[in-house]
Amino acid sequence: MMTAREALEVLAAHRGKRVVVTTMSAAGVWPALSDTSLDFAYLPSSMGQGPSLALGLALACPKPGVIVVNGDGCTLMNAGCLATLASNPADIWLIIFDNGHYEVTGGQPTAGSGHTDFAALARGAGIARVYTFPDRATWTAGAGEALGGIGPVVIWLQIEARMGQATPAPPRPMAEQIARLRQALGV
Amino acid sequence: MSGNPTARAVPQATDPSSGTVSLFDGPAVASALRLAGVTHVVWVPDSALGRWDAALSTTPGLTLVRVCREGEAIGVAAGLHIGGARPLVMMQCTGLFEAGDSLRNAVHDLKLPLFFLIGVRSWYAHKEGRTCDTCPVFTEPILRAWNIPYTVIDPKQHSAADMMACYNAARASGNAAAALLAE
Repeated sequence: MMTAREALEVLAAHRGKRVVVTTMSAAGVWPALSDTSLDFAYLPSSMGQGPSLALGLALACPKPGVIVVNGDGCTLMNAGCLATLASNPADIWLIIFDNGHYEVTGGQPTAGSGHTDFAALARGAGIARVYTFPDRATWTAGAGEALGGIGPVVIWLQIEARMGQATPAPPRPMAEQIARLRQALGV
Repeated sequence: MSGNPTARAVPQATDPSSGTVSLFDGPAVASALRLAGVTHVVWVPDSALGRWDAALSTTPGLTLVRVCREGEAIGVAAGLHIGGARPLVMMQCTGLFEAGDSLRNAVHDLKLPLFFLIGVRSWYAHKEGRTCDTCPVFTEPILRAWNIPYTVIDPKQHSAADMMACYNAARASGNAAAALLAE
């Protein structure tokens, strides 16, 4: 296991110049590590649509690539996104933060808690590059490879649950986030 | 549709007497999409829209993005729009019913001017009292509830160019909008 912050610290060291889309609890931690024009907190969101939005970004702007940090509950809610990522190749990295719980609703278990194999789901959906990191040491050692090359890539991380987390607030209004991301992408 | 702020008349892109009103097949739709500057169609097809698959997937400059559910289509279109592309979402009305939260987020939270082409299953049969399919009953009220202005496109009277005139009008307004395709 690793904390969300530990996992994101490793990501911050390896994200390069790629867009980073964060959802749910990760969106509350990430701005303290990176708050550039290429960081997009998907808040307010439609639960489960983070990978979809990130895929659209990656298809529209093949460079510099898009990393999306998604929860396990979010991924389960839109599990078809794995097949969609496989069907529409783009440089996109889907990082699944698996803590087995819905953090922002009080810590209830998800339907997949403790038994759903997200790596198997991703492979079964047709994604060739799939990585699993159960703790900070393995994630630190493997992040360079996992976050290199071309997408689509799915990275499954085991994250410590934090019960009773409030829904994070976006670092700035959505219109401002969109405007500065578009400016950074040159669109 | 009078008195309804979200239902709009079809912009006149086609002269019904010109003989082109029957042009609502895949190549005509794909050509009209390209002419309007659409770069991506994000879709889950139904039996009517699905006939356009070959044309949409082979037209140069147009990318067909296949997704698993309609809420996902809207999420992908949102990312495409933010990234500078010009997407159009195609789905059946049943998908509209499924995609409510994604639509709410993209249109009203993110305030993205997305355009939706929505096939309305059993539209003609409902008008003629030949079906108990509830799709035509709920499609327009759902769009009104989500505050999405829409235009009804009847392929027996309108062309693909008419549909894209709706798209162009929506783009000019800077707001999200929908075209309902009678099926």
